[in-house]
This record gives sequence, structure tokens and C-alpha cells, in this order.
Amino acid sequence: MKTIFERGGEGRRAFSPPPTEVPEVPIADLIPAAMRRRSGARLPEVSEPELVRHYVNLSKRNFDLDSGFYPLGSCTMKHNPRLHERVAALPGNSKLHPLQDPGSALGALELMWNLQGALAEIAGLPHVSLQPSAGSHGELAGLLLTRAYHEDRGDRRMKVLTPDTAHGTNPATVTMAGYEVVKVETSADGGVDLDDLRAKADEDVACLMLTNPNTLGLFDSNIEEIASIVHRVGATLYYDGANLNAVMGVTRPGDMGFDIVHFNLHKTFTQPHGGGGPGSGPIACSDRIEPYLMTPHLVRTEEGFGLDYDRPKSIGRLRGFQGNYGTFVRAYAYICSLGGDGLQDASETAVLNANYLKARLAEYSDDLPIAFDRVCAHEFCISGAPMKQNLGISTLDLAKRLLDFGFHPPTVYFPLLVEEALLVEPTETETKETLDAFADAIGEILREAAKDPEVARQAPHSTPVRRLDEAGAARNPVIRQRFEEEAR
Amino acid sequence: MSRYTAVADSDRAEMLARIGVDSIGELFADVPEGVRLGRPIDLPSGRSEQAVYAHLRELAARNVSVEDEVTFLGAGMYDVYSPALIEMLMERSEFLTPYTPYQPEVSQGGLQVMFEFQTAISELTALPVSNASVYEAPSAVAAAGYLAKLANKGSRFVVSRGVHPHSRQTLATLAKGYGIEVVEVPLKDGVTDPDLWKSSIRGGDVAAVFLQQPNFLGAVEDIAALSETEAVVTCACDPQTLGILRPPGEAGVDIAVGEGQSLGNRLDFGGPSFGFFAATEEHLRRMPGRIAGETRDVDGQRGFVLTLQTREQHIRRERATSNICTSQALNALAGVVYLAWLGRRGIVELGELLARRTAFARELLGRIEGVEALSEQPVVREFALTLPVRGPVEVDQVVAACRQQGVHPGYALGRDYPEFPDGLLVAITEQRTRGEIERLAQVLESALADFGGGKTR
Repeated sequence: MKTIFERGGEGRRAFSPPPTEVPEVPIADLIPAAMRRRSGARLPEVSEPELVRHYVNLSKRNFDLDSGFYPLGSCTMKHNPRLHERVAALPGNSKLHPLQDPGSALGALELMWNLQGALAEIAGLPHVSLQPSAGSHGELAGLLLTRAYHEDRGDRRMKVLTPDTAHGTNPATVTMAGYEVVKVETSADGGVDLDDLRAKADEDVACLMLTNPNTLGLFDSNIEEIASIVHRVGATLYYDGANLNAVMGVTRPGDMGFDIVHFNLHKTFTQPHGGGGPGSGPIACSDRIEPYLMTPHLVRTEEGFGLDYDRPKSIGRLRGFQGNYGTFVRAYAYICSLGGDGLQDASETAVLNANYLKARLAEYSDDLPIAFDRVCAHEFCISGAPMKQNLGISTLDLAKRLLDFGFHPPTVYFPLLVEEALLVEPTETETKETLDAFADAIGEILREAAKDPEVARQAPHSTPVRRLDEAGAARNPVIRQRFEEEAR
Repeated sequence: MSRYTAVADSDRAEMLARIGVDSIGELFADVPEGVRLGRPIDLPSGRSEQAVYAHLRELAARNVSVEDEVTFLGAGMYDVYSPALIEMLMERSEFLTPYTPYQPEVSQGGLQVMFEFQTAISELTALPVSNASVYEAPSAVAAAGYLAKLANKGSRFVVSRGVHPHSRQTLATLAKGYGIEVVEVPLKDGVTDPDLWKSSIRGGDVAAVFLQQPNFLGAVEDIAALSETEAVVTCACDPQTLGILRPPGEAGVDIAVGEGQSLGNRLDFGGPSFGFFAATEEHLRRMPGRIAGETRDVDGQRGFVLTLQTREQHIRRERATSNICTSQALNALAGVVYLAWLGRRGIVELGELLARRTAFARELLGRIEGVEALSEQPVVREFALTLPVRGPVEVDQVVAACRQQGVHPGYALGRDYPEFPDGLLVAITEQRTRGEIERLAQVLESALADFGGGKTR
């Protein structure tokens, strides 16, 4: 499809400027020549109808959660209630200036306070900061807090442990926070290898970052021992909350011994993902970490609520203003809708759905065996390696063929530990019929591949475009419109 | 069972049978007794949609929004007009509810939006490469610092005090992690002190320098003159002014970042909005975040994919150039649609409108007795005044008195700038009419009268 820059024509416009109303002073009198723009920015010239049609037509080239099943592992693509958009759009939320006096935003601060309280209860950790903008931002906060905690005790540590199954954001964050990554191996049953952990946990370790259930969808039953090993050497234990949807109301990071946890409001608490954000990554922590939490910090005052900037041990500010407030409104509405019992039901149903789908897919275990086959949490991992061997189609082929059946594929080639991995997370908001249809589609693709693997190898066939040359795109990056004027 | 799940008792029984267990509890057998919650989550029970709406509406009603008063608050986020079509597009399921476009064949809409966004930002900043968004402006400033850290061996960041305080603080928070010292250079006559700046940015130990255009006090800086250094030059820009101000790419800037809220996004009490991040070609492979690239499919059809992913955390892990994953794609969509709506001429017309109204407002308010412009530097959308009061507490009282009259006069500078204890930062947007600016002058004058000043000269 043409880009917006290839549409329209000279002189067309969608914007009609309001009248100036003040003297039309020449701009040259207001801004010295050295500071003025001479070359124009080549923005589009389109009318409003052209503009609307372009973007509406573009939207139709997206698959989306409102249209179909989206079992992306580790992404928790649960239904996004429209109520949340309505309440976020109320002028009393959407038209608040972030620097207005807290006394004129008491409803907003109370909402944030209530959300903090709910997150603290869900995490089993008493203190919350809503500031981080996404999960990986929360991770960064967690490691900077860890650093501040150790340094305050005169302790300089250099290493952070991450399991080899960790989300890529964990090791990337470790480096950004100025630490060195030390990988911990996975045991034969899919959990943390305790011997390896014991060998690597020493006084130079600042933190262990862990996801539980982990990215294989397995709850690590050794969590108490893990926490004890980590705490014995004085390190902190960090909970990557990407998989929190598996355990709400059953267990809590705080009860498992974690010191710091981040939440993904855009996963567990159903903030719509927007094609890659906005998200939100609030963190909760224990008493010993609390003095270092970011500024400003929401506090109760005589007036109701206020923002505390005077926190001498704080790591400081992690971003502008108070965080992604619009996502707080949606997450809070979600928590109000479900309540404590509903959140527990959400986790239980997510786990039920995952285990049911796993049981259905076990029908095809000759080609698609479950990696570490035992009861799973909210997601599970299968390997496409035998399928590749037996039928000659790869995990990528299977994923692309699923698109023709109207399903978004699971996460592919992650975790790295499992060959030809598919990570499947159905979430609690899908019906049994959808799970059955998905399992049936996989069966049909495998049967089809047994007859003619080319169908899957050439898939997808029914999408707006077919397989794209990603290697070529990276080799010769074209990352912006080239204008004809440049070619001349 | 909530209204968002569909597993009724009969489904559950059938599903458990298929799994081969008797109860849901058995599915949690791996959770050891010692870490079990063992009680219900202590939160109120679930409520109907109607009840939740009523509760949220009641909370929202306790806030004073920019619809309830005439606001001249800015300082990084602005009460701008966003056309109705943006709301419509942002609420479309196809844009609202997909994940990051990992399957490009079914994500052409989102990927092309990123490509168009990158083009628009690249055009605005006159820099060749742009990513598809970062969180917001202060995070973008901090991300530029991290890029510089990867690009050279410098051990210091030099930051003008004209850079937004939140950006300076965020940069300092993150730089502490990887051990780079942050040095601030003060302002003189409302702009970065040129002599101190030049002496501070000299030397091979400077990794990066940071400026803002217009600076936090609203003054237009001579960026080109301040960009003469070997270090990585980062400039945070107000995108609404880039139709009339010299673009950073033509002023020696290596990385241009900025806050995207004013491009069609809501205030939302501070977020979500988006940050933009554009750079010279040299830094392409060190950029943070998603980048969409153009390519072809097997039939030769044009298409778009996420590209240069070997920079990113999911591929490169501990050697990634940033840890960013989820960013602000939906807000960036609003940004590119807004820029297309404004168009080639509109971005200039809007800039000129803002500059003229801002000049008018500064002149008008400067006529109030005792009130003075903090500097005579050129301004285009915001300006700083000094009020005839004694310190920040009295500035707050003046602000409160004005708000009693339904006008929020601006941002009190004292908290962030002890050197300007009597300062007030006044923002102009295209929504602030001449009549409203005149009303601000009246209200401010009468508020100041209570402090013994405030007569019009």
C-alpha cells in the first residue's frame, strides 16, 4: 500500500489554523535568522477524507485481539474491556495536567493510591511505585534499587544472575544497570539448577532475576530454597512479573521471598497493547528496599494525598511526571471489575485453559512434544524439532500456516533452550471452543504437511502480504520514505 | 467467574476430565505449601460494569481538568487540540489491541505506521534515522546518554540547566547505574551560559552534551553555536516548534529527542505519550527500540518488517543496545496522524501562530507593574516571568489566587530552579485565545495587587 507521503497533492490540507488574533508580526522580527528553519519539513499534504481513509485501510492490514485468538506466550493477550477506554477518556482523567497542584487532582491520586494498595496485596509486598513505563523499565528500577541498597551498606557488587530461560529484557537490563550477567542453568525438570545456583551465588552477586512460573510455563517448586540461597549471600531476589497471570490468589512474590517485583499492567491487568505500547511496569518492594524508591513518591497527607520529592536515599526519578497514568486508570478499573475473587478466578482459569490446550495438543506429541511435560502454569512450551524432522516443516512454517487459519501464532523460537520452540499462552478469556479450534487447526496443518509440506513452507497464503525478506531489510535498511527530490 | 471469562461449570468439568485431574487445585500442585497465600486476596469483590463506571466517574469528578479552567501550565506537556479523527483511529481494535508486530504478514498496518512515523520525525528533525518511539522525553534523553556511553569512552555528561528538570534527573538516575558523572552548566540571560558551556564541553572525557530547544524557560537557544564539540550532541526539541525553528540536524546535533504529547496525544496526567529519538546515520546500529524497514515479500509486493533487530534485547540479550521492549506504539500512531493532519504548511502555520501569540502574551504580561520577562531571548511557545513577590511560597499563593478566578497562570519555577525563586513559566498553545491571554493579564494583575504590586504601567 502507498504511504501517506505518496498520497495527496500540493496545497491539500486537513488542518485549518485558528485565526492568529494578535498582531501579525513578521517571524523574522521574533526569531533571529540563525535559529529559523529554512528547508521545509516534507510532511504530507492531504485532505481529511484522504487521511482517514489511508489510516483506516492501514488498520485493516493488522491482526488484532478483538478479532481473533492471540496465544503469544509470555504476552498475556487477554480481552481488553472497552469500559477501560471509556473511563480513561473521562475529562477528569484524560485532561489533567501532570504538574497541576496535587490538591486539584485528589481523585487521580486516590485512584493511584488504591491501585498501589491492590498491587501490594497481589504481590505480597508493602510498597509500590507506579512510575516505570513498561516491564523492562521496572526491571531497570529494580536493579538500580538493588545497587542503591547495597551501596548504602558500603557493599559494591558486580554480578547479577539470570536463568538461561530468562526474557531477553533481563540480561539487557543487567548490562544497562552496569552489572555483569552470570547465567544460571536450567535443571532437567525445567527449573533453576540448584547446584549451579549454589556454585554461582557468592558475595559478589547483587541480585537474582527470576520469573516464576518461568518462561517454560513451569512453576519452580524449589523457590524457597532458591530464595534462601540468594538471601544467604546478601543478594536481592527480583521477580519478573511477566507471568504473574498464573498465580494471583494462589501465591505471591512476597510470600515466595522476592524483594522486588514488577507488574506488567499491559499483560496481567489488560491495558491494551496498542501494537507495541503503551505499557506500564509498576514495581512493589519490601521494607528494606523502600527507602530507595523513586521520586516523586505518592503519600497520604492531611489534604488527602500528595507527592513526596524529599527522599534522601531515593535513586531519583526514572521518567517524566508520575508515570503512564492512563494505564493506571484501566488497570484499576479492571481490578474493581474482577475483585479479589475474580483475579484468583482469572489465574485459575488461565492455568486451566493452558493445561486443557496442552492436553489437546498432546494428541500431536509425535511431531510436537511438550517440552518438560508436566502440569503447566498459564503457558506451556512445545518443540517443533520432531515435526521438522518427520514432516519437513519448521516452527516458522507452522506459525505462518496458522495465519491462514485465522490464528495469531504462539511466540516462536523462545525460550532459546528449547529447539524450534513454540510458547503457547491462551489466557483465561478464551472459550473452550476457541482452544479446540486452535488445536484442530494444528492437527490439520500437520496432516496437510504429511501430504504436501510445501503448503506450509510457502505459507501464509491469505494475508495482505506473504513472507517478507527480513534479511534483505536488515542488510540494506530503508527505514524512511525516500522522496523523489532526493533521487534527482 | 467474571464476565471476561467463558469457562462455566460444565466446561470446567469437561476440561478437567480431558486434562486428567479432578480439580483446579491439582493444577497448582507445584506451588509449595510454605508459599501459598492460603486465603482469598483481600480486595473488594468484583463489581458490575455499571458500578465500576460510576466509581471511576466519581473519582474523576474530583479532579480539576483543563476543561474546568483556562490553563497556561506547560513545562513539558501542553493543552493542545487533537483532532477528532485521532481518537477514532486510536480506538480502532486493529490499532488498539494487537501486540508488537512479531508476525509482519498480519501486522502491515502497524509496521507501515512505524515507517511513516520514522519518516515524519526524520523530516521534522532533519536527521536521517529515527526509531519508532521510546517512552517519553526524559527517557529519550536518558536513552541518548546510554547510546553515547556505547559510542565512546567518555566519562562525563554535560547538561545545560535549560534541559527539563525531569530529563536531567532521569539521566542522572540512569547514568549512576553505568557510572558516568553528570555535570550541569547554568543559564545566563535565560539561555545556556556560552562561556561556561564551551569550557565544560572541552576535553576527550566528555561522552555527551545535552541541550533543549526551546529550553525549559522557553528561550530559543543558539544550538548551532553550542554544538561545537567532539562529544555526542543531544538536543531535546519541542516538535510543535520545528516548523519554524532551525531543525537540530542542521545545527550540528547528533541525536534529537523530544516529547510527543503535543502531537495529538492527551495530557493524561503525564502519560502515556511518546518520546521520539532521531540520530545521524553513524548511530543507526546503536539506536534503542523498534525500527521498521521497507522490504518485499516473495511475490515482490512491498511490505514492512521490524528491522535491525540484532540491536535488541530479544536477540542480543546482554549485548543489546537498550533493554526497551514494549514502547508507545499507539501514542506514536497519534503522533504521525497528527503530523499528517497538520501537513507541510500546517506545521509552519501552527509554529508561527504560537510564536506570535507567545510574543504578544510576554509583552502584555510584562506591562504589569513589577512583572518582568526573565530574559529578552526569543520565545515561541512558552516564556518565563519574574513576579514582584518574595519567594516560591508567594508564587504559589499568586497561582492559587489566579486559579480562584478560573485561570491557571503557569508553572512556579522555584521548586526546580532555586536561582529563580520568583519565576513563573507561562505556556501558550493554539487553544489559548487572545481573550484568554488578556484575561490572564487581568487576573494576574489583581492577584499581585494583594502583594502590593501589580498595577499596569
